[in-house]
Amino acid sequence: MDTTSSYVLEARDLEQRINGPSGPLDILRGISLAVQAGETVAILGASGSGKSTLLGLLAGLDAPSAGEVRLLDQVISELDEDGRAALRAGRVGFVFQSFQLLPALTALENTLLPLELNPTHAAASQAELNQRANEALDRVGLTPRADHYPHQLSGGEQQRVAIARAIVDHPAILFADEPTGNLDGRTGQRIIELLFGLARDPGADAPATALVLVTHDPELAAQCDRVISIQDGVLA
Amino acid sequence: MSRSHGRSRVGGFLRGAWREWRSAELRVLAAALVVAVAAVAAVGFFTDRVDRGMAQQATALLGGDLAVVSDNPLPEAWSDEAATFGLETVRTASLPSVVFSADDASRLAALRAVEPGWPLHGEARTRPSRAAAEAPREHGPESGTAWLEAPLLEALHLEVGDRVEVGDLDLEITAIISHEPDRGSNLLDIAPRLMLAFEDLDASGLIGPGSRVRYEFFAAGNSADSARFRDWLEGELEPGQRLLGLEDANPELRTAIERAERFLGLASLMAVLLAGAAIAVAAHHFAQRRADPAAVMRALGASARHVLLTYFGRVLLVAVIASGIGLAIGYAAQFVLASMLGEWLAGDLPPPGTRPAVAGMGVGLVTAVGFALPALLRIGQVSPLRVLRRDLGLPPTSVWLSGLLALLAFGGLLYWQAADPGLAAWVLLGTAVAISVLALLGIGLVWALRPLRNRGGMALRFGLANLSRRGGLSAVQLVAFSVGILALLLLAIVRVDLLNAWDASIPEDAPNQFFINIQPGQETAFADRVEEAGLERPQLDPMIRGRLIEINGERVHPDDFADDRDRRLVDREFNLSYAEEPPGHNRIVAGHWFGAGEQDADTGWSVEAGLMERFDLALGDTVTFRVGGQAVQSPITSVREVDWDSFQVNFFVIGPPALLDEQPRTFITAMHVPEAQRSAQNQWLREFPAASAIDVSAILVQVREVMDQATRAVEYVFLFTLVAGLTVLFAAVQATRDVRRREAALLRALGARREHIRNGLLAEFGTLGLLAGLLAAIIATAVGALLAWQVFEFDYHLNPWTFIYGIGGGTLGIALAGWLGTRRVLNQAPLAVLRGPE
Repeated sequence: MDTTSSYVLEARDLEQRINGPSGPLDILRGISLAVQAGETVAILGASGSGKSTLLGLLAGLDAPSAGEVRLLDQVISELDEDGRAALRAGRVGFVFQSFQLLPALTALENTLLPLELNPTHAAASQAELNQRANEALDRVGLTPRADHYPHQLSGGEQQRVAIARAIVDHPAILFADEPTGNLDGRTGQRIIELLFGLARDPGADAPATALVLVTHDPELAAQCDRVISIQDGVLA
Repeated sequence: MSRSHGRSRVGGFLRGAWREWRSAELRVLAAALVVAVAAVAAVGFFTDRVDRGMAQQATALLGGDLAVVSDNPLPEAWSDEAATFGLETVRTASLPSVVFSADDASRLAALRAVEPGWPLHGEARTRPSRAAAEAPREHGPESGTAWLEAPLLEALHLEVGDRVEVGDLDLEITAIISHEPDRGSNLLDIAPRLMLAFEDLDASGLIGPGSRVRYEFFAAGNSADSARFRDWLEGELEPGQRLLGLEDANPELRTAIERAERFLGLASLMAVLLAGAAIAVAAHHFAQRRADPAAVMRALGASARHVLLTYFGRVLLVAVIASGIGLAIGYAAQFVLASMLGEWLAGDLPPPGTRPAVAGMGVGLVTAVGFALPALLRIGQVSPLRVLRRDLGLPPTSVWLSGLLALLAFGGLLYWQAADPGLAAWVLLGTAVAISVLALLGIGLVWALRPLRNRGGMALRFGLANLSRRGGLSAVQLVAFSVGILALLLLAIVRVDLLNAWDASIPEDAPNQFFINIQPGQETAFADRVEEAGLERPQLDPMIRGRLIEINGERVHPDDFADDRDRRLVDREFNLSYAEEPPGHNRIVAGHWFGAGEQDADTGWSVEAGLMERFDLALGDTVTFRVGGQAVQSPITSVREVDWDSFQVNFFVIGPPALLDEQPRTFITAMHVPEAQRSAQNQWLREFPAASAIDVSAILVQVREVMDQATRAVEYVFLFTLVAGLTVLFAAVQATRDVRRREAALLRALGARREHIRNGLLAEFGTLGLLAGLLAAIIATAVGALLAWQVFEFDYHLNPWTFIYGIGGGTLGIALAGWLGTRRVLNQAPLAVLRGPE
C-alpha cells in the first residue's frame, strides 16, 4: 500500500452508512475515484445526493463505513483522528460554504492558522509567518481588511479570507464545499475565478494544487477539468 | 380572540416551553436555578430550624418562652389562665439563705424552690455522687430532698445522702447539680445553689417580711399561644412585676446568637450571589442560541415584544418549575443537614416554618428575572436580517442595564434575607466594588496577555491567544470564575479566620469569677490575698447604686419610654463607678476623660455609647442620679465604647472620684481562677465574709456551646454555597462549549492534533483560573479585612493560604472543570460539527 502513486487522492469502494430512525441508511455506495496532482475535479450532485459527505470522507474529516481513501499517499483508514489531522496540516486546504472563520480572530489571524498548525514552520519567526499570511491576503485582494474581524466583512470578503487561509500554505489539495452557496451570483463568480486562478497558478516555486469542488451547479462544475456526477449516493 | 384560539395559543406556548426545557442550554439555566434555589432553600429551611433551635436554647436560658419576676408572690391564677392558652407553667422562688450541716458548718447558699414541672425548657443534669457521670433530670427535687452544687457540698463537708438544714427544714441531699438550664438568667445569684421543692418553701420558715425573695413565673408552649398569653399578661402586670421575653436572655448569649445569625445570613447571601452569576451566564448562552429562531420569527412578522415575551415567558415557566424542584431538593437537603448536626444541637431541631419556602420561590423568580432579563432582552432586538446574514449576532448586552437589574435583584434579596439593612448595605457595597474591581482587573489582565500571544509553545500560544482574542468574553468568564473562587475562599479560609478571631475574642483566660460586695477598706487586703494565692493582683472597681432621675433637669419616668428595655433600665438602679483613669478595655469615642484637655477633673459623667444612643443623650447633657438619697448631678463629658463580650467589669456610667467617693459603695472585680484553685478560693474568701464570688464559667461554657453549634451550622450551610459556586463554573464552561466545538473542529480540519487542542484548552482554562484565583484571593483578603473591621469588629491578619489555595486551586480547578466540560469536543469527527448549524 505504500507504493507512490501519481494521484494525490484515490478512493476505492467507499461506503457510508448511518443508522436512521427506520433502520440503516446508505448515504454512499461503491464510490471509486482518483484525482491527479494539479487537477481540478467537480463533484456534481443535487441536494441530498451525498456529495458533501463524500467530500468529508475524501478529506479525512470522517471515517467511511467501508472502502479506502488514499490521500497524499497515506491510507486514511489506517490513521487515527490525530494521524489524519497531521496528514492535513499544511497540505490540505478547505473552503466551506459557510466560510467557517473563527469569529474572534481577525482576517490575518484566521489566515495564519494553517501556518501555525504546520510543524514544518515551527522554526519560522512570527514575522515570517505574518508575511506569508499577508501575501495570501494580498493575493485575494484583502490586504486593507487584514485587521478586520469576520463580522466586519461582507460575505464575499469572508469567503476571500477563507480562500486566503486555504492557499496560504500552498496545499497539495484543496477541498471546496459549495464555495459560492452563500453568495450572490456576481460575487460567487468572482470567488470562483479567484479559486481557479490560485489553484492553477499557486505562485512561484509552489507545487501545483489539486482542487476538488463540490457543487450542485452544472455551469460551475463545467469549469473544472473533470466532472464526477453523484446521485443518491452512487456515482452516475 | 376565540376561546379555542386562546387554548391553542396556550398549548403552543406550553409546547414551546417543553421543547425549550429539552434544549441543553435551557437545562443548564434550569439546573443553575435548581441548584441556586436548592441552596437558598436548604439554607433557608435549615437556618430557620437552627434559628428556632437557638431560640429554644435562649428559652432554656430564660427558663420559658416568657417569664415574670417579682419581689412578691405571683398569682396562682396565672397558671390556670395560661393553661387555657395551652401553655405549661412553672413557678420558682429564689432567695439567699445560710444553710447548715449536721455538724453546724454553715454557708450562704442561693436557694431555689421549684415546682415539679421545672424545667420547662432545656434539661437539668445532676450526678448521684461526685465521681459519677451526670444524668438528665426532667423535674426538680422531690419534697423533703435537696440538690446542691458541688462547691456548697464541699464547703459544708457533705456528701450525697447526708442531710442539710434549710431554715426549719431538714432535707436529704439526693443529687449534685451539674447543669441548671436557666441558671444564666439569674447571674447575680451570688452563692452556690441549693435546690428544693416549691411545696417545701412555706414550711422552711424563711419567707417573711424583709426576706429577699425573687419569685419567678415561667410559661412555655407554641410561639403563637405564648404571644397571645403575653398580650393577656401585659394587662395583668402590677408595679414591681417584670415581664421578660427571649430578648431578655443574657446579653452575652444574645450577642452570640446575633453573630451566629449574621454568619448564617452571610452564608445564604453568598449562595444567592453565585446563583445570580450562574444564571446570568446561562441566560447569555440561552439568548445566543435563540438568535436564529428569533430572527426567523422577526422575519415572519413577529414584533420584538412578541419575541421577547415568548422567550421570557418560557424562561419564567422553567424558572417556576426549577424553583419548585429546587425547593424540594432544598427541603430534603436540610433533613440531611439536621441529621448531621443532631449530635451537636441539643435536642431535636424544631420543624421549619413556611417562610423559607416562600423565600426560596421568591429568590428563584427574582434571581431569574434580575439576572436573566438583560440577556433575554437581546433576543427581542435581534435583526430579522440575520436570516440572510448569519454573521449578524445579537446586539450586545447593556452593561448598565445588566448591572442595574442585578444590583436591584441582589440588593432586594440581600435586604430580604439579611433582615439587617446595615449588613445588607455593606455586603451589597462590597459585592458591587468587588465585581467592578474584578471586571476592571479582568479586562486589564486580558489586555496584558496580548503580548504573550506569540510566546511559548503552541498550546500555550493558542490558549493565551484564545483568551486575549476573546477579550470581552474572557473578562466576563474571569469575573464569574473569580466570584466562584472568591466565595470558596471566603468560605474555606476567610470564614475560618473570622471564626477563629471570633473564638479568640473570648480568650481562654477570660474572667470566670466575679467578686462582689468587697467592703470599703478591704480592697488592699483582698488584692493582697489574691496575690498570695498565686493569682494576678486584681483591680478593684468601686460600685455605687444610683437611680437615674433627671436628664437636663427633666424628670425621667419609665413610662416616658416606649421600649421595654429602656423602661427597665430607668426602673432599676444603675451600677455607677468612679475612676481616675479610663478602664483599659474601654475606648473614649467622644469628649475627654476627667482632667484631660480642658476637662474639669472633678465633675462629669463618662457614659457608655449604647446608653447614649438608647436615651438619646448628647455630650454636655446634664444627668442626675439619686445615690443614697442624695441627687448627684453632672454633665456628660465623655462617651465610651465598651466590649460587653470581654467578661470584664464594665459600667454604663463612670464619674470622677471627687463626685462619688463619699457615697456608700462596695468593690467589685473579675478574674480568671483556674479550676484547680477553686477550692483554695473558698478558703481565702472566708476572710471576707461579706464578699461573694459569682461563678460565670458556667455561663461562659454555655455561650461557647452556642457559638460552637453556630459555627458548625455555618460550615454545613456553606457546603451548599460551594455547590452553587461550582454551578457558576459549570454554566460558564457550558456557555462557551458551542464556540469551542466549532473552533476545535475547524482546527482539526486544518490539521491540529488532539493534544494541540487539549493543551490549548488546558492552557486557556488554567490561565483563566490562575488569573481568577489571583483576583479572588486579593478580593477575599480585602473582604475578610472589611468584614472583620466593620461587621464583626475583630482584627484580621493576612493569611498566605488564601493566595496559595486561590491561585493553585483556581488554576487546577478551572483547568480541570474546563477540560471536563469541553473534552467531548475532541471526540467528534470534525465533519459532523462543521456541517451542523452555526
